[in-house]
Amino acid sequence: MTTQLWLVIAGGAAVTAAIKAAGPIAVGGRDLPRWAAGVIELMAPALLAALIVTAALADGDRITVGADTAGVAVAGIALARGASIVIGVALAVIVTAGLRALG
Amino acid sequence: MPSPQEPSPHEPPPRESFRAGIRAGIPFAIAGGLLSLSFGVLAREVGFSAIGAIIMSAIVFAGSAQFAIVSILAGGGSAGAAIAAAALMNSRFLPMGIALAPSLRGGWLTRAAQGQTVVDASWAMANRGGGRFDRHFLFGATVPQYVTWFSGTVIGALLGSSLPDPETLGLDAIYPAFFLALLLTELRDRRSCGVALAGAALALALVPFTPSGIPVLAASVAALAGLWRQRTAP
Repeated sequence: MTTQLWLVIAGGAAVTAAIKAAGPIAVGGRDLPRWAAGVIELMAPALLAALIVTAALADGDRITVGADTAGVAVAGIALARGASIVIGVALAVIVTAGLRALG
Repeated sequence: MPSPQEPSPHEPPPRESFRAGIRAGIPFAIAGGLLSLSFGVLAREVGFSAIGAIIMSAIVFAGSAQFAIVSILAGGGSAGAAIAAAALMNSRFLPMGIALAPSLRGGWLTRAAQGQTVVDASWAMANRGGGRFDRHFLFGATVPQYVTWFSGTVIGALLGSSLPDPETLGLDAIYPAFFLALLLTELRDRRSCGVALAGAALALALVPFTPSGIPVLAASVAALAGLWRQRTAP
């Protein structure tokens, strides 16, 4: 393995550790102002929604509808109708794999 | 309102929270283990040794960043470009870390170390609302995910291309489906639904124009809707 690849591993580890440490070091140990609690509470829906659509719809810099998009959509319908997480995820995998096998 | 430096009387005992976190993390750990198999295989294909791929999973422990590194190198990109891509993919941990920070304890080094345990699913599941996080739950939820991410990479790196392609098996749909299940539990009212829609729209709008990672980071701007309630509430 080349020195360049070891550098990538070291660099990747360093930037990841720095990014994960930045918030806790900069903000930790003190009370955030009251308005911040409302913003923090809404971070989860904002970031989760973005993670879902980029995972299911983005391929590099293109927006594509693929078998996984259909699988995740079917899972979403099932989950919204009260299906358990396990059933929802299993449906996503089965639909995605099934469509790829057909296509 | 309890100070972040003092445990809330409503907080569950740390050991109980930690164990609950471990249990909650197991489904994500299974999914992550399957994905890390393919990471091990891909890393070998772009020139990493088995030990190199395994060390990367052990010390980077960030799936999307590791896949970004491998795809940049596979396309002939430089080491600098690969590291920059990893930083962009991980940039979402910045707002996640800021959100978590008031719930952490100890000196700056301890808080920095605790911040290393943040991964998407653990962070989302440890969110208790009102700007607070159950940190012991978060630590527990990350443990099984780390174990399977590491061991999946070991298997993938050593067995290589004799393994089936995870995409053929539809395993790439696991993460977004899990995140969808987590998101549905976060949609408590019209405001959180609106923020989720805005975050998704913002991320999708940026996909064609920005490097991978930026769309998710930018979606955190949608959470600024939280300012509105505070200003209009009596």
